[in-house]
Amino acid sequence: MKVGIIRFPGSNCDRDVFHALELAGAEPDYVWWNQRDLSQFEAIVIPGGFSYGDYLRAGAIAAITPVIDGIKEIVKQEKPVLGICNGAQILAEVGLVPGVFTLNEKAQFICEWAELEVRTNRTPFTHLYQKNEVIKMPIAHAEGRYYTEYIDELSDQDQIVLGFAGNNPNGSLDAITGVCDLEGRVCAVMPHPERASESILGSDDGLKFFKGILDF
Amino acid sequence: MKYHAQVEISLKKGMLNPEASTIQRALALLDYQVEDTATIEIVKFTLEAEDPDVAREEVVQMCERLLCNPVIHDYQIQIETAGD
Repeated sequence: MKVGIIRFPGSNCDRDVFHALELAGAEPDYVWWNQRDLSQFEAIVIPGGFSYGDYLRAGAIAAITPVIDGIKEIVKQEKPVLGICNGAQILAEVGLVPGVFTLNEKAQFICEWAELEVRTNRTPFTHLYQKNEVIKMPIAHAEGRYYTEYIDELSDQDQIVLGFAGNNPNGSLDAITGVCDLEGRVCAVMPHPERASESILGSDDGLKFFKGILDF
Repeated sequence: MKYHAQVEISLKKGMLNPEASTIQRALALLDYQVEDTATIEIVKFTLEAEDPDVAREEVVQMCERLLCNPVIHDYQIQIETAGD
């Protein structure tokens, strides 16, 4: 299965995602920010990093690039899209997922392992987990505090993908650190599944995010 | 006509502002006791438009499409004549 990895100036988790997708058995390829036609891909991953230096707000400038038109087309074709960290911030800025990931409660960059709860397993990326399963993946962000005005709708519509299981390190609303669109095919998660895709890294709990794309 | 535009971007009322609380705590370290600290981002530029209303309308579009995130931000626009 061909999976496109979007590269912006400042993306820096692109090669890690490439490796994790290969481990999962997918056929990844890179796509630049200025490419509009993504029709050759069956799924898209927007990796983490600091696209456009996080100027203005994390993800704000990447959100208006030509490749976003291609991603909207992919969504229309009901193919899965995953945004990780900066990729999640970009999907929120575009409005493909609800809410916003903004400055952490304590205004500092947090880089640590986190215990996470899979709150819905109806998405292509989480269907190989049990609902409420606790998994271990790293977080690394300064702007990861989730906020939305529509928390009740989000919960009623089963759009919360991941939550912090223990403490809530960045002050996210309801400890939310991953959300999806109404259909569940577009997922935005702040933790890094690609950095937890092999036991040598400290956990392989994240690999199912990528394996999940293949047999959904 | 050319116009100078200034956009002030602030967080909506009630939104947590971690940058401002850090600044307030830092001021306290210097023994300045202050309250209600806020930070505002300012973006300035010059643009060409038929009249000030058209200029303002264009800047509103810029705010909605890029400069602000409507989920968390409020914005204020000032337009001034810059001459021909």
